[in-house]
Amino acid sequence: MSNNWYMLTLIGEDKPGIVASVSKALFEHGLNLGETSMLRLGGNFTIMMMVSGVHGEADLRDRLKPVIEALGMCLHVDPIQAHLHEHLLPNIQVTVSGADRAGIVAQVTAALAAAGFNILDLESDVAGTQQKPVYIMQIAGVAEVPVEAIERALEPLRLDGVDVNVNAVETYIG
Amino acid sequence: MAILDILTLPDQALKQESAPVTEFDDELRAFIGDLEETRRNGPAAVGIAAPQVGYFRRVVIVDCSTTRKPVPNHGRLVLVNPEITHWEGYEMGREGCLSVPDYTGNVIRATHIHLLAQDPYGHDLEFDMEGYEARAVQHEIDHLDGMLFVDRVVSRRTDLFQRKVYQKGGKG
Ligand SMILES: [Zn+2]
Repeated sequence: MSNNWYMLTLIGEDKPGIVASVSKALFEHGLNLGETSMLRLGGNFTIMMMVSGVHGEADLRDRLKPVIEALGMCLHVDPIQAHLHEHLLPNIQVTVSGADRAGIVAQVTAALAAAGFNILDLESDVAGTQQKPVYIMQIAGVAEVPVEAIERALEPLRLDGVDVNVNAVETYIG
Repeated sequence: MAILDILTLPDQALKQESAPVTEFDDELRAFIGDLEETRRNGPAAVGIAAPQVGYFRRVVIVDCSTTRKPVPNHGRLVLVNPEITHWEGYEMGREGCLSVPDYTGNVIRATHIHLLAQDPYGHDLEFDMEGYEARAVQHEIDHLDGMLFVDRVVSRRTDLFQRKVYQKGGKG
């Protein structure tokens, strides 16, 4: 048994019981589950799972084949150089909203990257109505620079009529 | 003074409810000294509650005066038998806990609270608190009720309006 971690990514149509069947299969094969993250988006399902305790990628695929085929999902496996207990804490959060238009994500993220902001979490939605769609994006990340520097980096977008909000994230520990 | 051991998950003692303080004596104040030293020793700890060190009495300490960006606060507070008598508003904010190392999550808390408590000599205290400091006190009072923030963490996509989190007693 090796203690190397593999990142297992499953993608497919959303249906009840996916997590239960996959984690049951992992458990029955004696594999260890590390951190996981799942997401449903537009009727699709995806989950990333850190798994250890396998002899290699082929071994992992073999063991999961029956359950993956039964669920009709796609499986992707990568060996990863990762460890548990390496969480990064966001210290700044950015909210962007405005009329839905092409390129808004690219513009915002380019400005943030140039300012030294490392994105940990990004989520976007199209709200509003069919006639007047509104784009809303929430970004959390880490930056060594102060909030004001991030504000300045996003200023050009404001002039473009996009609403930008930058806030320090003060994590309470107690 | 001494740095006390902090109970961490999955220690079931963290789920225990703490009893009110009735004796405001030197023993209590000596314990509070140790609790404060333990808080200061904890990595980036803003607050601490007595049950986190296995002392199941209703005592907490918070100090919201050292945030990166200053927030409204009442300085360092030792709160004995704290009780929230009024809640208002709610917002999501990120929390972590000395009893749950290497984990943080978003928790919904009331933005404004009215708080009654006593000081280490048994004198009455009364505060109106908001934002970060109100969050601190709610997190610590949860400890007194045997509740951990991990039980309140909400997913990023959770609809705030579908959650009814606050009820008196903190067992929402
Ligand atoms: Zn705590």
